Amino acid sequence: MGVFVIDTSKIRNFSIISHVDHGKSTLSDRILELTNAVDPREMRDQYLDSMDIERERGITIKAQNVRVHYKDYYLHLIDTPGHVDFGYEVSRSLAACEGVILLVDASQGIEAQTLANCYLALDNNLEIVAALNKIDLPAADPERYAQEIESILGIPANEVLLISAKTGEGVTELLDAVTQRIPPPSGDPNAALKALIFDSYYDQYRGVVSALRIVEGTLKAKSKCRFINSKAEREVEEIGVKTPTPLPVEELGPGEVGYLIANVRNVAEARSGETVTDAAAPAKSPLPGYKNPKPMVYCGLYPVDGDELPDLRDALEKLQLSDASVTYAPETSAALGFGFRCGFLGLLHMEIVRERLEREFNLSLIATAPSVEYVAHLTNDTKVTVDNPSEMPPVQNIREIEEPVLKITIITPTEYIGSVMELAQNKRGRMEKMSYLSEQRVELGYIIPLAEVVVDFFDILKSRTKGYASLDYEQYGLETADLVKVDLLLNGQPVDAFSSVVHRSKADDYGRKMAQKLRELIPRQLFDVPIQAAIGGRIIARETVKAKRKDVLAKCYGGDITRKRKLLEKQKEGKKKMKSIGRVEIPQEAFVSALRLDD
Amino acid sequence: MSPLAETGQQFGVYIHIPFCTKRCDYCAFTTFTEYFHLRTDYIKACSAEIDLAAKAGMLRPATSVYVGGGTPSLTEGRDLALLISSIPKTTDAEITVEVNPESLTPDFCAAIQDTGVNRISMGVQSLVPRVLEDLGRPHYPGSVEKALELISQYNFSSHSVDIIYGAASETTEDLAETLDKVFAMDPGLPHLSAYALTVEQGTPLARDTRRYPDEDRQATFYGFIDEYLKTKGMTWYEISNWAKPSHACRHNELYWLGDPYLGIGCAAHGYIEGTRYKNTSSINRYLKMIGEGRLSRTQDDVITPKERELELLYLKLRTASGVPEKNLDFAEDLADLVRLESGKYTLTLKGRLLANEVAHRLSV
Repeated sequence: MGVFVIDTSKIRNFSIISHVDHGKSTLSDRILELTNAVDPREMRDQYLDSMDIERERGITIKAQNVRVHYKDYYLHLIDTPGHVDFGYEVSRSLAACEGVILLVDASQGIEAQTLANCYLALDNNLEIVAALNKIDLPAADPERYAQEIESILGIPANEVLLISAKTGEGVTELLDAVTQRIPPPSGDPNAALKALIFDSYYDQYRGVVSALRIVEGTLKAKSKCRFINSKAEREVEEIGVKTPTPLPVEELGPGEVGYLIANVRNVAEARSGETVTDAAAPAKSPLPGYKNPKPMVYCGLYPVDGDELPDLRDALEKLQLSDASVTYAPETSAALGFGFRCGFLGLLHMEIVRERLEREFNLSLIATAPSVEYVAHLTNDTKVTVDNPSEMPPVQNIREIEEPVLKITIITPTEYIGSVMELAQNKRGRMEKMSYLSEQRVELGYIIPLAEVVVDFFDILKSRTKGYASLDYEQYGLETADLVKVDLLLNGQPVDAFSSVVHRSKADDYGRKMAQKLRELIPRQLFDVPIQAAIGGRIIARETVKAKRKDVLAKCYGGDITRKRKLLEKQKEGKKKMKSIGRVEIPQEAFVSALRLDD
Repeated sequence: MSPLAETGQQFGVYIHIPFCTKRCDYCAFTTFTEYFHLRTDYIKACSAEIDLAAKAGMLRPATSVYVGGGTPSLTEGRDLALLISSIPKTTDAEITVEVNPESLTPDFCAAIQDTGVNRISMGVQSLVPRVLEDLGRPHYPGSVEKALELISQYNFSSHSVDIIYGAASETTEDLAETLDKVFAMDPGLPHLSAYALTVEQGTPLARDTRRYPDEDRQATFYGFIDEYLKTKGMTWYEISNWAKPSHACRHNELYWLGDPYLGIGCAAHGYIEGTRYKNTSSINRYLKMIGEGRLSRTQDDVITPKERELELLYLKLRTASGVPEKNLDFAEDLADLVRLESGKYTLTLKGRLLANEVAHRLSV
């Protein structure tokens, strides 16, 4: 264990702001190689992305950080999550930096979310070192996009570096620019300790490992630390820096970025944005900007096999240790049995959590359609928040309903402007802004209901613009809207899992579609099964699953007998697994298909 | 011998003749169009298998023999007669041979009648060319009439016609035409089997969704057939089988009552001493193994008493004899699917079409 006292003038802390696929992970790999941080024999692609899901999807979910030596500088590369769902985490990562590398694909130009993060960086007074990547590609048009960067962000085009993270061309120059242009951190090593946690993850052997940046004071290996916001106090077990191999140290001084292990068992005690101080000589106030990120999207998660309910509870408990932004509460559905209503930061987050539950905990789950949190103002002057559509109070008791809205930014090539505007209007978007970034690209701003975005907005946007449009969003409060709850009734009985809150103008269409979908999915019974979509007592759509008339096998020869008995036993077994809504038996798969979002 | 209580009254022998001139598109049975030259060797091997089974103590005097296929009428009548005569039988044994109209000859009829065959089952399927085409079955105009004439000339004590209903293009008129023509040619027909066209995996029909039958229409057709046959003095005794009094097929009844039977030939199934078995489906392997003096069984399935009871109930449910009251867990949904008479539940017309649904409520 070495004792380092690092001269802050030799420290540079920076992130890479980049769009998915613009080459951030490749650049990180090159930097690690160039600075000999990783033994070449251990080098692999996307070195810093540690979760399987990250590598498969090519995105970063957890922020990583690494210290490398370059010339006589200590560079701390703080990797940020690359998806809009994790915007808060991005803001905390940026708060740990003095500058950023803006990395843009030289054949694509800057994208909406990248731009949003750049604005965030500018708000934080960070120095931006812009670089166009992939200049080795034939489609690269660095002049055009350097010009675009100049016109959007005011960074002179001639200061934009040209690199190829793949071949390594220009990466040295980029690191030189980092050392020259990004200012060193400052801070008094003798002041009361203030360290910013910008990421925490749960390690099953070591407990919570937090990545932090010392803002002021000195964090010592043998001390007791206090987490100011969560009010927890813990003995420091180990501090160190990632090189990227963890290297324990005795002290971390101002400007340094490292990790802290302090017997924390739950990530909620050491969330991103938390301030760590010395319990013996505590700082009076925390660093600004701490938030407890609230879920934006909710869905019900149910085990396919009801016996797996305890396993699902265990899995959610464990998952929450490492991902404090997931919320869950038990809920019951007449159709799906016992499960949990879970809250997520966004759709991708929801997908990732679900995938992790299934993959890491070996569960098989049914997810209900995603919902947002509505506020219903009732005629008796009270209000209720509703994150599960089936719990929306009866229509006659509601005075008005408020729904969360987003402020979204879309950047699209101008040729798609018409279809993007049409999409936004269909989704009840209200245009707030339209500005041309260049002759080829335009930025559109809308206020749009979250509920319209969570379902399929991003997918449709991508397909309508051949993948060229990009989207960024931020929460924009609540707005009143003419919303109604549409129930689906089978044989006269409402099926809670299919209830949905939709805008009145879309209710008929939605009801008709769901009724048709269910008619196709529900197997024929011994009697006619009416399927109705209803708003309160008013039926808006009706379909019928006609009674089945024939199921018998025509032949039963000697050779078939055992086969047919086995088939019969299998059918009987299948029947047991069916969910009953009144007298109607519905196989699990019908629920899964009906709740699928894709059409 | 057997730990299971078999009724012991009946013992059947099934012989599989796996040759066809063309495979019909819906057919999932083991048949071959390319091993025709092996047919005499094959029949000899079947005789040898009977000897092997006898040595193994599995053969008892047969109350019924059924030669099915494939197309048994494609073999030499004398070869087949020799094979049938090598089987020990009770004096009143029912001996059935399946035939196809186009391959039935006077020589064949004479040869098999000589050896005691007393029942012919003929596959007609349809008499409407378009429907036959839909079924992927060759059409031989005039052959059915000639074959029915032959059968009546040779005076077999019973005979039956098979039809398949519900091909995609078949209309009620087509179905009526087939039945009308059959009864015009053979007014005294004592037995008819009518099978709903079923899509079996791996068949050419299965690959052609446009030709899939509509089950609702098949249900309507079934009702039509049942009514039609009533007017001809036939009643149903199993879901797909109708007969005049005393013309029910005893061999089929043996299956449905759970009695033992020996399966002879390539891909034949048997049920002996509580074990269901199947012979190899490879004709070459069959010939080789029998040639080496070995039985060619590929899968043995020992039926537990409980499984056996359930199978029996399932099979009995399909017949007019029905199942005991106590074995059907009654649900009110079944009200018009079953009828209770003297302690037994039997299927109604509607129930016969939904027998699986009823069978789910069977318990032992």
